[in-house]
Amino acid sequence: MKRYTIANMLTALLLFFAGYAALFIAPDEATMHAIQRIFYFHASSGWAAIEASLIVFVANVAYLATRNPQWDWLAVSAAEVSLAFWSVMLVTGPIWAHPVWGVWWAWDWRLTLTLVLWILYVAYLILRTLITDTERRAVFSAIFGIFVFLGVPLDYLSIRIWRTQHPQPVVFGGPNRLDPTMLKVFFYCSGVMTLLMILLVCQRYKLERLRYQTEELRLAVDEHLETRADSRRPGAGKS
Amino acid sequence: MNAARAASIVLGREVRAEMRTRELLQTTIVFAVIVVVIFNFAFEPSVGEARRFGPGLIWIALLFSASLMLNPSFAREQANDTIYALRMAPASSFAILLGKTLANLLFLGITELILLPVFSILYNVPLLPVIGRLALVLFLGTFGIVVVGTVFSALGTQARLRELLLPLLLLPVLIPLLFASVEATAGLLADAPALDRTWMAVLVAFDVIFFTASWLLCDYLLEE
Repeated sequence: MKRYTIANMLTALLLFFAGYAALFIAPDEATMHAIQRIFYFHASSGWAAIEASLIVFVANVAYLATRNPQWDWLAVSAAEVSLAFWSVMLVTGPIWAHPVWGVWWAWDWRLTLTLVLWILYVAYLILRTLITDTERRAVFSAIFGIFVFLGVPLDYLSIRIWRTQHPQPVVFGGPNRLDPTMLKVFFYCSGVMTLLMILLVCQRYKLERLRYQTEELRLAVDEHLETRADSRRPGAGKS
Repeated sequence: MNAARAASIVLGREVRAEMRTRELLQTTIVFAVIVVVIFNFAFEPSVGEARRFGPGLIWIALLFSASLMLNPSFAREQANDTIYALRMAPASSFAILLGKTLANLLFLGITELILLPVFSILYNVPLLPVIGRLALVLFLGTFGIVVVGTVFSALGTQARLRELLLPLLLLPVLIPLLFASVEATAGLLADAPALDRTWMAVLVAFDVIFFTASWLLCDYLLEE
């Protein structure tokens, strides 16, 4: 328990410094000015969302390969956390877009992909709520999760085909170079967001494990009560 | 028994079961036609607009029809627990899934055979000059829909509210396919009809990726 308290406090501290770095250390952007600073929050949440989605995929495949319920706990934990980060993307994106593009939303493929992924992870979590049987739920949601992940490259491909309004990627191999200080702040923020993501997944995993153990205990108690009731019935012990 | 033969037997079984009642086909066809008709009341498109929005209309009608039609594919097996008989048959899970996928491809294909002339007449969009290339686009798009849809139909069997769940799972996963199919169809309905190779490649990639995935995952899908 103490371990988590320390991790929580450390992450909070690092997050606080990330906010400070994004607001005061990173230089002012020439055309967009202050609103550009949301980028440190927006893009780094994007990285965390992608990483969490990758964890979901790995956990889905690993579950089908090993049938160890721990992978299922990890999958659902990472799916919920990735949904949270995708939501951050969807909220901070329009806040940036409105002053810069003049519209809250544009149906280009990057935005659409984020929205689609958001919907897909909602569908994944809804699917899980509608199947009662624990093992079936794990298997079927793993299959669906793998299908979801396989669709992502196709969506990405479509972005490349479809010329968009969205700023071209500037960090990896884009045409315009990012200022070195901006880059440092961006990498720092991405690192902190990843840390936050990992922390959240761990906490959620713990919860899922507790839920599973509670379910097991409840079943054991039910079974125990049933056998006791059986043994008190007249004629018990003969079978 | 090899997979192709087993799959063809499952296909024959699905077709025979359907032909006894024809309820799935008639319901799907009427539903698809209704979508095409009410579109007119909602948008009242001119001939030019019908060419512009027609591809989207056709594919939306097909996607919605499929998301309703594919649900009984596995749900029907539960009424008399015939899924156990299928599992016991000396056929691989892939053969069973393939047979069902092909049956759904056939049913959705028949729906298209009726839907397209109705669309062409009601909206005055001539389809005959591009019918060969259109058939190719329709085949690739429909194949993608039924490959994913048949797998998801099996996912729904154990779930509550499965009639609602299938469209919820299916439609977002099919978005790249919808995009590619609509763009490819739009290319054929343009003034100078041309088959867009890029979008055809996306369609083929979609079909190959998800067909392979359903082949790899079918054992998990049909297990006890």
